[in-house]
Order: sequence, then C-alpha cells, then structure tokens
Amino acid sequence: MELFRDLFISGLTKGSIYALIALGYTMVYGIIALINFAHGEIYMIGAFTALIASVILGQLGLAGWGLLISAGAVAAIYAAMYGLTVEKIAYKPLRHSSRIAPLISAIGMSIFLQNYVQLAQTPNFLIFPDLVPEIDFLAPIAHIVNKNQLIIWLVTIFLMAALTLIVKHTRLGLAMRAVAQDRDMARLSGVNIDRVISATFVLGSALAAVGGLLIGCYMQQIDFYIGFLAGMKAFTAAVLGGIGSIPGAVLGALVLGFAESFAAGYISSDYEDVVAFVLLILILIVRPGGLLGQTQTQKV
Amino acid sequence: MTRESAHQTAGLNWKRELALSLLTALWLGLLTGPLLVCRLNPTDGSIVYRWPLLFYVAGGGFILSSVWRLLLARRNLRRRRAEVALQGPKRTWVDLLLASRRRCQGLWLVMLFLISLPFWASPYTVNILITALIYITLGLGLNIVVGVSGLLNLGYVAFYAIGAYTYALLNYYFGLGFWLCLPLGALTATILGLLLGFPVLRLKGDYLAIVTLGFGEIVRLLLTNMEVTRGPRGLANISPPGLFGLDLNALVKPRLLTWLPLDPNMDMNKVFLFFIMLALVVLTILAVFRLENSRLGRAWLALREDEIACQAMGINRVRAKLTAFALGATWAGLAGVVFASQVTFINPTSFTFMQSVMILSIVVLGGMGSIPGVIIGALVLILLPEELRAFADYRMLLFGAAMVLMMVFRPGGLIQSVRQVYLYQPAQPPDKGQS
Repeated sequence: MELFRDLFISGLTKGSIYALIALGYTMVYGIIALINFAHGEIYMIGAFTALIASVILGQLGLAGWGLLISAGAVAAIYAAMYGLTVEKIAYKPLRHSSRIAPLISAIGMSIFLQNYVQLAQTPNFLIFPDLVPEIDFLAPIAHIVNKNQLIIWLVTIFLMAALTLIVKHTRLGLAMRAVAQDRDMARLSGVNIDRVISATFVLGSALAAVGGLLIGCYMQQIDFYIGFLAGMKAFTAAVLGGIGSIPGAVLGALVLGFAESFAAGYISSDYEDVVAFVLLILILIVRPGGLLGQTQTQKV
Repeated sequence: MTRESAHQTAGLNWKRELALSLLTALWLGLLTGPLLVCRLNPTDGSIVYRWPLLFYVAGGGFILSSVWRLLLARRNLRRRRAEVALQGPKRTWVDLLLASRRRCQGLWLVMLFLISLPFWASPYTVNILITALIYITLGLGLNIVVGVSGLLNLGYVAFYAIGAYTYALLNYYFGLGFWLCLPLGALTATILGLLLGFPVLRLKGDYLAIVTLGFGEIVRLLLTNMEVTRGPRGLANISPPGLFGLDLNALVKPRLLTWLPLDPNMDMNKVFLFFIMLALVVLTILAVFRLENSRLGRAWLALREDEIACQAMGINRVRAKLTAFALGATWAGLAGVVFASQVTFINPTSFTFMQSVMILSIVVLGGMGSIPGVIIGALVLILLPEELRAFADYRMLLFGAAMVLMMVFRPGGLIQSVRQVYLYQPAQPPDKGQS
C-alpha cells in the first residue's frame, strides 16, 4: 500500500506539470490548429530564465517566497515574450499556407531554440537550487508529501482555475472561443484575430514557464534538452484528453502522469515511456478524438 | 490601378520600415538579454556577464529584420500578383533544366560520373556518398507517405531501425548474409508498416502525426531496453555484403591499383556497397516514378487532396492508405539493411526522433511529391553539414533557422512538384473582351 501511495503522489505531481505544459499546446491548437512543437523549448527557456533570475535576484537580497514568486514572474514574462516572438516569426507568415508548412517551421524553431540555449548557456546539466521555502505544517508528513509536490499541485490548480475564468468569463476569452470556432466569422464580428492569437501564445508560454520553474525546483537540475521530452509528453497528454479542450488537457495529463508513475513502479522504470505511448495509441484507436474531444462528423 | 494599390505595390515606406527594424532590434536585444548575456557557470553557479554580445545581437537583429521585411514584402507582392494573373505553376530555371531535351543525356553523364567516382575519390567521399544515397532512398520512401499520400508520418525512422536491426540480429545470432537479409529486412519493415497502418486508418492529420511519433519512440525504447538487441551497447561486427564469397580487398584491389588512380586506403567492400546503393537508388527512382503515375499513385494523390471526395469517386481508401504506409516502410527497411552493413555497428541512438525530422526535412525542403526535389534535398542536407564541419557548433542552429526560413519564403521546397494539369481549350477562340 505504501508503494501505491508513493506512486500515486508522484503520478499526481508528474501529471500536474504535464498539465501546465499541455494547456499551452491545447490552447494554441484550439485556436490555429497548429502543433506548436517549440512549446517544449519555451518551457525549457522558462526554467533557464527562472534560474538566472533567481541567482541575480538572490544577489540583490531577495529570499524565501519573495524570491520564488519574483523569479517565477520574470520567467513567465520572458517566456511569454519568446512565445510571442516565435509566433511572429515562424507561424504568422504561414497562416494561409498548407498544413504541413507551419509544422515543419515549428520543428525548425524548436531545433533553433534548443541549440541557441545550448550555445548561449551550457551543454551540461545545471544545478537548480530549491527555491521553495520550508513549509512548517508539512514537516510531520514530509516523507510522504514534500513541499515541492504540494506547491506544484496548488500552483497547478490555481493557474487552471484562473485560465478557466479567463476563457469563460472575459472578453479576451470570448474572443478566443470565437476565433477557435470560426476565424472568418470572428473577424467579421470585429475580433482582432492577430491580437487574440498573440494573447494565446503569451498565456500558454507563461504557463509553461511556471511549469519550468516548478520542475526545476522539484528535479533540482535542468539542461537545454529537457524541453523535448517534456514537450512531447505534454503534447501526448493534450491529444489524450482531446486536443483543443482545456479540461481535456488536464485530464489527459493526469492520466499520463499516473500511467507513467504506476508503470515505473510496478513494471520497470525502463518501460515508463513505452507505456505512455502505448496508452496514447490505444486511446486514440478507441476514441480517435481523445477522451473529452468530440469526434466531429465531417460535412461535405 | 488606383493610387492606393499603386502605393501598396510600391510597397515600402522606408522610414516606417526602418523604425520597425530598429524596434525589432531592441526587442531582440531585450529578449536574448538574460540567456545570452548572463552565462551561468555550471560548476559554482556564479554568473559571467557578457555585455558585448548584446550589441552584436541588436546590430545583427537590425540587419536581419530589415532583410526579413524586404523579403516578406516581396513575397506578399508576388503572391498578390499571382492571384491577379492566375497563371499555371511558375517554371523556374530548375524545372526548365529538368524538362530540357538534353535531360536524358545529362542523366547518363551523371551516372557515368558516379560510377567512376570510387576509383579516384577518397574513401571519405565514398562513405559520405553512401550515406547521401541511403538518405535519398529514405526520402523517396517517405515521399510516398507524406508527399504523395499526404499522411504525415513522424516515426518513419522506426522502419529504418527495423531494417537495420533485422540484418544486425540475423547476422549476429545466425550469421545470415547481406543478400538474404536485404529482402528479409524490407519484408519485416513492410509487415510492421501494415501493423501500424491498420489501427491508424481512422486517424487524420495531426493525430496521425502524433501516433506515428509515438510508434517511433516505442520502437526506439524497446530496442534500448530489450535484452536480445543488447540495448545501448548495440550490435557490432556486422558483415559487409558478399560477392560470391570473393575477398574484394585481397583479390580485386591489387589488380585495380595497377591501372586506376584508386586510393590505396580504399575499402573495396565500401566501393561494392556504393554500387549496390547506387543501383538501389536507381531502382527506387524508377519504381516511385512508375508508382506515382499508376492507378494507385493517382489514388494516393486523390487521398491527399480530399479524402471524402476520393471515397466518393470509388477509391478504396483503406487499401490506398495501407499500401502507402507499407511501401514507404519497405524502402526504409532496405535502407536500414544497407546502413547496418555500412557502419557495421548499430545501436538505438542512430534512430532518434531527430532522424525522422531529418528525413522529413529532406522531403519538405526538396519539394514534397517531387522526385528530383527529394534527391536535391538529400544531397543538400547530408553534404552541406559535412562541408560546414568548421561551424560544427552552429550547424544545428543554422539548420533550424533554415527550416523556418524555407517554410516562410519557399514553402513548396527547392523544386516544386509540378502537377499534371489538363488545359481546357475551347474549339473556338473566346471573345477578346472576356479574357
């Protein structure tokens, strides 16, 4: 039973991180039907920026929660700027081209960003300091749930709720849903398409950066390559849940997190990733639209 | 033409463009600031500040952004003109060259050149060319799946890996030779292509892409973790292709050395492999060319353009998709067997997602659906990085940037495939007023 409990907790943590990244994928896909392959790199850049910001801010005298939150804010802002720039350079000029062109350009962008960080920083692993301060009431059960895990869950729940509020109850959210449904019709109703798409990239990238900071604190090391696998897993999660759907992304991420964690615990950690992908293929065969996605009937 | 559109086509408001470029440069400086300027020292976690880099980035950003704007304006202008004129596909000099009457003679000359090559070039060149030929085969195979049938396959490398491992395993455990394993590798890959094809028949577009990507990863992870494939240690000492049991290096080489400018260090097995690969590529080109213009090829094209309309025309969608998958896999399997015998040592790191991306880039950069395009794409992508060894660190950076630029400015690839068009020619010339 203890093994089960530990696996459950690590699965929940993994799933929460995947969810933060998967939200960016699913939002972008919902709006412009593009797999943003560079999204994993944005997450990686978020982690690097958070690390650099934490060192500089730490030298300026910040510490404790203030340091964590300000480093997170800097990382989110920078990642948002990167997301915006990537959209302007690699996707916007391609908005009217064939489906495969933006995908290739996204893969190119991802390779570019990976190598950019590798050259600008280091090809080696960097130690990530644990920025989360001790939480007193957690001390008695610290061997079950550590503070990083608790923070990851809380932050994920909070951001998810915030995102749902934005999408459901603000003008921007309304515009986003309109663009997702029918871009031309939204334009005719006076929605500034470019701005809405940019806003989507900004939001998604900021979420990914927060994920980067949290995973950095949790795993305690980062390198330029973390974005690739995390991005692929998060995308798998988004597809699993039904791409384009926000609750779907969260559900898919949790399913994936649990599946991996239990597979690692009960089968073998070598086959953790195999299980994730086999699960993806199986679910897509049974439900081609994902868990919460609607299979759309095509009209001619 | 009204004043406004004249102004638009004249295009460039210099002051505004310059100001925008300046802003872009500032933005880039701000953007790259923390990552480029503040370099973390991995050992002690201190920060090294490198301010001069900021000026390079801003300066470079200014120039690049100006060029970018200019090119983008030109592209949009051209697109607008094309909309107005609505001509057929534009013929570039490459198309003209390929379509010229001398093409056949040109091809013979190229073949003669290639055949003579191993007898005077360095072993290094021959080896690189074998790699390039392998990638041409892979590109042509993937072209069937992605370019012609429009099924985005991001796990193509899995079939390549299966071909290579079929040969390596059979050779390692049972001592089977190249010539027996070549068809066996192709067959195994084909069967796996069918196995993957069946479940994903219902999936479309991006879902298909992610499932194939997942499949590629599953194959790689299995190869890494299974005992029989010896995991990351890989399989070594794979035998080169045999020629009726002749020892090429001992028997043939001394005789050739006497009257040809053959490199004394040349491994004759590599030369033989080069010829095998050359023959394989020629065979592939012929097969793909014939396939494209066959009933099946037209079914693939229809599938790519509109799946529903294609079904409505009575095309068997299931069969078309499965054959596309299976045939694509076949060539990957063949290329895999040759690859295994070329490098004589394989392990799973040769078959990562980046390889799939590489092959996909060959197809896309060369020009989807176009055979000469794929060949040129493979040559550019394999040979160029070899030439750029000096910039080894920046190679992948440039590669990524080139992919983005290519998609923005020439999405059809280097050589765009020319669709067969049927021109409507009315019996009587139409009224001049209407045209």
